[in-house]
Amino acid sequence: MLQLTNLVRAAIRGILKNRLRSLLTSLGIIIGVSAVIVMVGIGAGASQQIQQRIASLGTDLLMIRPGALQRGGVSRGIGSATPFTFVDVDELKKRALLVRAISPLVRSAGQVVGGSGNWNTSIEGVYPAYQYIRDWQLAQGEFFTERDVKSRKKVAVIGQTIADELFAGQDPIGERIRIRNTPFTVIGVLKTKGTSAMGHDADDIILAPATTVLYRLKGGIYVDMIYASALSSDRMYESEQELTLILRDMRKIKEGDTDNFTVRNQAEITEMASSTSEVLTLLLGSIAAVSLLVGGIGIMNIMLVSVTERTREIGIRLSVGARERDILLQFLTESIMLSSIGGGFGILLAFLLTVGVNRFSNLSAVIQPGIIILAFSFACLVGIFFGFYPARKAAGLNPIDALRYE
Amino acid sequence: MAPIIETQKLKKTFYIGEIAVCALRGIDLIVEPGEMVAIMGASGSGKSTLMNLLGCLDQPTGGSYHLDGIDVGGLTKNEYADIRNHKIGFVFQGFNLLPRTSALENVELPLFYDRKRRISDPRRAAVEALERVGLADRLHHEPNQLSGGQQQRVAIARALVNRPSIILADEPTGNLDSHTSIEVLEVFQELNDQGITVVMVTHEKDIAAYARRIVEMLDGLIRRDELVSDRRWARSNLKRTGQD
Ligand SMILES: Nc1ncnc2c1ncn2[C@@H]1O[C@H](COP(=O)(O)OP(=O)(O)OP(=O)(O)O)[C@@H](O)[C@H]1O
Ligand SMILES: [Mg+2]
Repeated sequence: MLQLTNLVRAAIRGILKNRLRSLLTSLGIIIGVSAVIVMVGIGAGASQQIQQRIASLGTDLLMIRPGALQRGGVSRGIGSATPFTFVDVDELKKRALLVRAISPLVRSAGQVVGGSGNWNTSIEGVYPAYQYIRDWQLAQGEFFTERDVKSRKKVAVIGQTIADELFAGQDPIGERIRIRNTPFTVIGVLKTKGTSAMGHDADDIILAPATTVLYRLKGGIYVDMIYASALSSDRMYESEQELTLILRDMRKIKEGDTDNFTVRNQAEITEMASSTSEVLTLLLGSIAAVSLLVGGIGIMNIMLVSVTERTREIGIRLSVGARERDILLQFLTESIMLSSIGGGFGILLAFLLTVGVNRFSNLSAVIQPGIIILAFSFACLVGIFFGFYPARKAAGLNPIDALRYE
Repeated sequence: MAPIIETQKLKKTFYIGEIAVCALRGIDLIVEPGEMVAIMGASGSGKSTLMNLLGCLDQPTGGSYHLDGIDVGGLTKNEYADIRNHKIGFVFQGFNLLPRTSALENVELPLFYDRKRRISDPRRAAVEALERVGLADRLHHEPNQLSGGQQQRVAIARALVNRPSIILADEPTGNLDSHTSIEVLEVFQELNDQGITVVMVTHEKDIAAYARRIVEMLDGLIRRDELVSDRRWARSNLKRTGQD
């Protein structure tokens, strides 16, 4: 066997002698490797963001909806989906001991006019406890009170986006706004929360007493859902159980019949969201895998195009006395070097791109070490296989056959 | 002293699908050390095929071949490679230099695969070989920066750098003008005078006359084998053309 230093020297020469081929090959590897790492990194970053935002909703959140549990669009229950009323909320509030706070949610939406503009937004009718349940901080002014709820007072606490859109810099406290033509007085401004877990602007919202929203804006007697906050986040399940039992009792559901309402806790919501982000990661991952594959095919093409030339080179080397092993080792060394250099640069580029993505876009990318290894080894395998391919085919030939190869 | 080349009933048949082409149909050839042989013959008579077998670049389909007393037929692949490396210097008709590689590196190539390391300083040996073929000033030129004759001389330098006992050259002057041809022949005659056996293929009687012996082939057989009566000397011819 030849000395290792000689082999490496011959390999380096081989790489330098065929600059264009080497460059294109490593380019294929570089692009493939970095694409995979960055894409998967973005996917992972997105899921992390989602998880964090969900966690910031509060870990002790419980949601109660009318209707049986539904998953994948298939209803599992048969009972009627009677919605809840304020009476239900008040009774729950009285009976549930493992719940710290409880509030109905009455959803509405529409045009808001006031200050210097108008804006289309969603209005949530809630109890004061909702501020605690969803952890809303106030930037200015104050939240409405139980008394405001009782007297159906037309007061509103507006989100930062509304404050910006309608009052652009001016103090909105005490100002009048018209929500779907009903006049309200602004008594508070919420501190900004940024983008919500589901990706929309969490500050684009108006909170008002639940009674006011239901009776003056929406009509009817039913609330959309009930939010509650468990006594402690590690006793979520017990709180959930308690609410379920009380509701079954209130609704007189017989032993063995299914619930006609659903109580969900934060953990389940987190789970749902993370399965969403898993899908996202998978999607980005497959795009990346395709680019890796395309990179691989690029490498393959370049290598196969040069097979004729390389086979002749092998013929020349054989004719001056190279052994089969010398040829195999030389080509193996060459393609390993080329692939790992390309892979190394690919990883480097991925790091740079990740930094760029994090700094210059509102995506966040988190590099996954496992993916680095995976992408690197796949690209290297492709590079090595096709770099080695001519040698494997030609090294065992009679020199004259290798020289004659066309 | 044993002959350097001894073939008995050497045969080579190519198969193109079902069709068999008998390129060599039983060659009996003996070449003694120190000889300079020219092989002649019509196109397609099997000269290149024979040279490839003698050069251990290809394997016969019949007969035997002893090189320097060694039965080449019984060698392993590696021993075969080593024979090519130590004993034979082969000059191809089409040069077969590595592209994008300097003359010097091309000439160094056989030394790279010499695992006995008989030559301690490959770089110097390569420079000397190139000086010997008159290319001392072209060491770092790549093949595409050299003329046909210069490329041929690089190929010759490569063939002699490993101090082979025999040089095999397939139409070494095929691409060269008559003056350059004679220069190449001068190198061969010089090497031959130093004891290296030379076997070369040529189409031209003029060129063959620089050898000591002419073997003529026809349809895969040796038809005539005779000594050159009026041998030419490249050095004196070069002097003469130089005076013109
Ligand atoms: N690889 C091959 N496959 C099939 N037939 C071959 C092969 N190489 C040579 N032949 C055939 O063998 C015969 C001898 O060919 P060879 O190249 O030895 O001739 P040559 O005497 O060197 O001719 P030239 O003077 O033209 O170089 C020819 O008929 C040729 O067609
Ligand atoms: Mg020929």
